Amino acid sequence: MNMREKIKAAAARYPDQRSAIMPALLIAQKEHGHLPGPVLEEVADILDVERIWVYELATFYTLFHTEPVGVFHLQLCDNVSCMLRGAEDLLRHLEEVLGITKGGTTPDGLFTLSTVECLGACEMAPVMQVGDDYQGDLDIARIDALLDRLRATVGQATGADLAATVPPGE
Amino acid sequence: MFEPILLRNVDVPDGHLLATYRAGGGYQALAKALDEHTPDEIISLVKESNLRGRGGAGFPTGLKWSFVPKRAGKPKYLCCNADEGEPGTFKDRIIMERDPHQLIEGLAISGYAIGAETAYVYIRGEYTLAIQRLEQAIAEAHAKGYLGTRIRGSDFNFVVHIHCGAGAYICGEETAMLDSLEGKRAQPRLKPPFPAVEGLYASPTVINNVETLACVPHIVLRGAGWFRNIGPDKSPGPKLYCLSGQVRKPGLYELPMGTPLRELIEDSGGGPLPGRKIKAVIPGGVSAPLIPAHGLDVGMDFDSLAAAGSMLGSAGVIVIDDSTCMVKVATRIIEFFHHESCGKCTPCREGLNWVVKVLRRVEAGQGVPGDLEQLEALCKGIFGNTFCALGDGAAMGLRAALTHFEHEFVAHIEEHRCPFH
Repeated sequence: MNMREKIKAAAARYPDQRSAIMPALLIAQKEHGHLPGPVLEEVADILDVERIWVYELATFYTLFHTEPVGVFHLQLCDNVSCMLRGAEDLLRHLEEVLGITKGGTTPDGLFTLSTVECLGACEMAPVMQVGDDYQGDLDIARIDALLDRLRATVGQATGADLAATVPPGE
Repeated sequence: MFEPILLRNVDVPDGHLLATYRAGGGYQALAKALDEHTPDEIISLVKESNLRGRGGAGFPTGLKWSFVPKRAGKPKYLCCNADEGEPGTFKDRIIMERDPHQLIEGLAISGYAIGAETAYVYIRGEYTLAIQRLEQAIAEAHAKGYLGTRIRGSDFNFVVHIHCGAGAYICGEETAMLDSLEGKRAQPRLKPPFPAVEGLYASPTVINNVETLACVPHIVLRGAGWFRNIGPDKSPGPKLYCLSGQVRKPGLYELPMGTPLRELIEDSGGGPLPGRKIKAVIPGGVSAPLIPAHGLDVGMDFDSLAAAGSMLGSAGVIVIDDSTCMVKVATRIIEFFHHESCGKCTPCREGLNWVVKVLRRVEAGQGVPGDLEQLEALCKGIFGNTFCALGDGAAMGLRAALTHFEHEFVAHIEEHRCPFH
């Protein structure tokens, strides 16, 4: 199914098209990576709803990104349970090895680093969401191994770009 | 040894599949409800069981159901609150990931009881695996006739849809969740009208938490008396406790309501980390006021915790030990509420912004005399003056930290530094 068909299928679950804006935005974001203005307008057109309604939601809910994010979005929980298990040290480490501060994206576009509120996985704190997956019981060694794995999955095509982001001595 | 009820399937291989669920007696309660009981009888049974909502408020579930008008002339809706955003809480995620049919059976029986033909499960968008498992389970239940039209040869029709949230804590507030389901920014509604009369699409609506709904099949199968005999009579049943923070064995534990907090932490959780001492425990997610170490003999149920000046909330139990700065914990908690404030009402939106500024400077050793009085004045301005419970939760949490750990706040201001750094 293309994006329009997926959105139409989702909309069939509701008696009111406006209810389908949230699912439609999730579908559109999956398709486009983020939600720039033209995509928001396309969603409004597909559902035949007011554009302002779509903008309202895209700017209210934190899972919607109106700006581009990296190939891998590292979302580290720093709420209380994770903080008590060392999330702050992990954030400092991630900032150091990626050479960015939280909220930033590496120049090669591979990693965006964010802190997020509780991910609802406190039994494996500290925890980080990477794309759709939860990575739990993290420590610095596991973070390093994870970053290596992620870099490896993008393959050789971007190898040169990747090399530039690997800090010296690693 | 307490035999797990809600978690009995979670460690069974393929516990998320219909075949596994049925092999363990699954969907017998739905058959029994449809064959042997009228909808009113189910409502009476749940009332009699004293089941109280597991989302945080502890409202009697059967009573909530009985508020739905019998003849509405409009469709009725059942909504499942699976937004689980209260920091320290992860119980609903585990049910949905590992035993989603338990929820679906609970939804179907509850839908039958209140006369709803459509349910929406509002699940947080981050819960990718839970969403996938629930989708698969709904499809399986449809294929085998546990959902759909004329279920098990009855006149009852029922469908379940998933609606993914997108990262707003406020959607845990039931009327904000309804606005979100209607495609609006999630902001709480003025009550009355209550959702039972005018909820989703202005139709009668019941909103129940995942764990609450998961209790329903067991009550139907084993009876109200059986349920009421587990734990305290006014606040009974099996309960999921989410244990996290500075404890040896964090995890999800099922024990009777009213289990002493100390027993949960020591026996299930293995006690504090090596060489550390417990300083305080947040018993019900960060909205629940913390309990200092000397108060750990309190029973983990709605009434005992309320009497102790806290609340069971979502039973997100966060253990804090003596290596941790309470000013920092309080600051992090208020930063959370500030971030999640929906912006609708002034005391919450502006008040929390102000509280965060004061707390951050105190934590950084830049606090000034009068800051603690300022914080109390802000709490007074927020508590009881906000549209929903978000602001109250923030004020209660901060007040508890200020009351029990005033000396730590004072030390930060007097020494111009954090004594824990």
